[in-house]
Amino acid sequence: MLCRTANELYWMSRHIERAENTARLIDLTQRIALLPERFERGAAGVTVWGKALEAFGIEKEYARLYGAVNAQKVLRFMIFDALNPSSIYSCLQSARESARSQRGAITAEMYEDLNSSWLSIRALSWEQLVSDGLQVFLDRVKQRSASFRGITIGTMGRDEAYHFLSLGTFIERADCTVRLLDIKYSVPGAGDKHEARNAVDYYQWSSMLHAISAFETYRRIYKDTVRPKRVAELLILREDMPRSLVVCTVAIHNILSSLLHGERAEVVRQAGALAAEMRYGRIDAILEQGMQAYLDGYIERLYLLADEVNREFMTSTDRIAA
Amino acid sequence: MPNAYDEMLDGKGKTRPHYRAFGKWLEQAPPARIAQRRTEAELAFHRVGITFAVYGEDAGTERLIPFDIVPRIIPASEWQVLERGLKQRVQALNFFLHDIYHEQRILKAGILPPELVLQNSQFRPEMVGTDVPGNIYAHIAGIDIVRAGAGEYYVLEDNLRVPSGVSYMLENRKMMMRLFPELFASQQIAPVEHFPDVLLDNLRSVAPEGVDNPTVAVLTPGAHNSAYFEHAFLAQQMGVELVEGQDLCAQDNMIFMRTTRGLQRVHVIYRRLDDDYLDPNVFRKDSLLGLPGLYAAYKAGKVTLANAIGTGVADDKSTYVHVPEMIRFYLDEAPILNNVPTYQLRKPDDCRYVLEHLAELVVKEVHGAGGYGMLVGPAASKKQLADFRRRILAEPQKYIAQPTLALSTCPTFVDAGIAPRHVDFRPYVLSGRGIHVVPGGLTRVALSEGSLVVNSSQGGGTKDTWIVEV
Repeated sequence: MLCRTANELYWMSRHIERAENTARLIDLTQRIALLPERFERGAAGVTVWGKALEAFGIEKEYARLYGAVNAQKVLRFMIFDALNPSSIYSCLQSARESARSQRGAITAEMYEDLNSSWLSIRALSWEQLVSDGLQVFLDRVKQRSASFRGITIGTMGRDEAYHFLSLGTFIERADCTVRLLDIKYSVPGAGDKHEARNAVDYYQWSSMLHAISAFETYRRIYKDTVRPKRVAELLILREDMPRSLVVCTVAIHNILSSLLHGERAEVVRQAGALAAEMRYGRIDAILEQGMQAYLDGYIERLYLLADEVNREFMTSTDRIAA
Repeated sequence: MPNAYDEMLDGKGKTRPHYRAFGKWLEQAPPARIAQRRTEAELAFHRVGITFAVYGEDAGTERLIPFDIVPRIIPASEWQVLERGLKQRVQALNFFLHDIYHEQRILKAGILPPELVLQNSQFRPEMVGTDVPGNIYAHIAGIDIVRAGAGEYYVLEDNLRVPSGVSYMLENRKMMMRLFPELFASQQIAPVEHFPDVLLDNLRSVAPEGVDNPTVAVLTPGAHNSAYFEHAFLAQQMGVELVEGQDLCAQDNMIFMRTTRGLQRVHVIYRRLDDDYLDPNVFRKDSLLGLPGLYAAYKAGKVTLANAIGTGVADDKSTYVHVPEMIRFYLDEAPILNNVPTYQLRKPDDCRYVLEHLAELVVKEVHGAGGYGMLVGPAASKKQLADFRRRILAEPQKYIAQPTLALSTCPTFVDAGIAPRHVDFRPYVLSGRGIHVVPGGLTRVALSEGSLVVNSSQGGGTKDTWIVEV
């Protein structure tokens, strides 16, 4: 496969996953912002939208364009703004451009599905979106993403192209799970507490589970009330939770191994080492280290891995293949 | 202008035999169902993303080429004649290209004026003495055919550089089979879906000598090219890589693709890029689309380009005039397909005649394509006529003229219902180890009333073309 094709496919699936994750993150932020915070109602709402911007690393860009944090403006910026490369609109646009340029490498049904998603968001106005209801829109984004994922799994040959698409999905998903945890852990007052402080805190944690459709899984696994420590364990270390960091990391390692057919390469070594640590990790050790520090460490290694993927597959050394 | 030949209805308004099955459907289908099929077709084309990029106005936007659900139907008996004529014509054109880049017998025999060939800007002196596999130059040819008068076929133009449109032939057929399965079940419509297989076989058959299992790639200028959809479509249908110049590199006169597992050799390049842009070392220095070193590898016989470099000299409108003579010269046969009578403005007598009858004629630039730089006399304003007269007087050798043909019409859906609209036809001729013509082609239709310009860049639409056993 061409280096350029691998790169486009990888970014196509990252953008689709990012659109979905942005919808989930907005969902979470919306839920947290709507909860009454004891003494600082209103202020908390603003704070949490600011946190959402920070989680995506787009707070400076927002401030430059729109100034002070305002819930409606942040929403529009994250959903609909073509000036924000991470907005849902921009993600779908980029994904569709990649698909258009690589339509030969994906199935016709995948292209048609993604093209429909793009045409429908392009036809939508912000006013229409607001009048239909934010939740309706967020649900639609998640549905479109699920539809694309389903068509990909159901129609695509298990070839290199499929592996690069999956690789993009899991790297982006791991990235997003970290960002979600980040929001909760950096909201004032939450900190690395092992127990929910009060009813509001409890609702914040359960909101997070709802935003990633993990509430039922939590209940089934723990048969317990929502406890921060267990939520963290679920999202980081549980192999039966589809969006957990360990599931994403192990998947990344497996995909890289398949791509290289068992060849020993730095990129597989890095992924394998990270996956092993995650598989045998303990939540107590993580909390001892401090959640924020742990998440920072993880994200740094994930980025190094992404760089290594780029170097290994998407940059030509112009040496003749065996 | 006399009444045009109607593809579906005879002079008395009766449906011709080969249109009977479709005519019956049209008669019986309630308007609501017809409207539903048309909407379905439009939606499907949009979703599938069969679009072409538009140059100029709104650069970077994409437009759908309008698709009309009334097919253009050709009876198999007529097709057999067309097919023989097409093969004959393309074979002669390939002989001609080989000849002018080698012995130049046709020039020595005085059949063509040497300056017409040697001073043509499309003649590539670099190609003189270069051998290409199988002596094939125009591997993929699109021959534009029109019907005029009482239904005679004429060749309007040969396209031997990078003819486009074959993806529409294939997508239009897919659409029609989806919309009218009952019509395909009830009559014998010749299939065209195997075109990509024939194309791939054809490309593999012209690989450099000694290569057992050649790798083919399609070379595109990139996603912003107006025909990008087609490039991607053909690469996918053939199961080969779609490459841009940046994906290739040249080493030791061999061409490689940059893949995730290192460099991989390419043997045959179906290039959808004009000669000028192929290699900045030899042609346009400012081209970023091609690959430095591609020409050297080609010249060394380590990679095949389809089509070959330098085919433009044979599809030029001033060379077109001489194709019937080429057929006689190289094949010693009478041409099966006729040319449209053509005035060459480089000849003083022709030029005088054309200037006197400008308002009746169609004038075309010798090197023009895509319907640009063309004057349709009867439809032109006084200002346009005056403007063209000035341009002709300044550089007469740049133009040819032809009578304004009453192009045949085909019933077509328009805002007011069904009305006759002018059509042309482009079948595709593939040359390699043999010559193949898939039974069908692209029918283009001029959607505005009375218009004779069918080019998609000028608002033309397309129809599926059926070759039907009657």
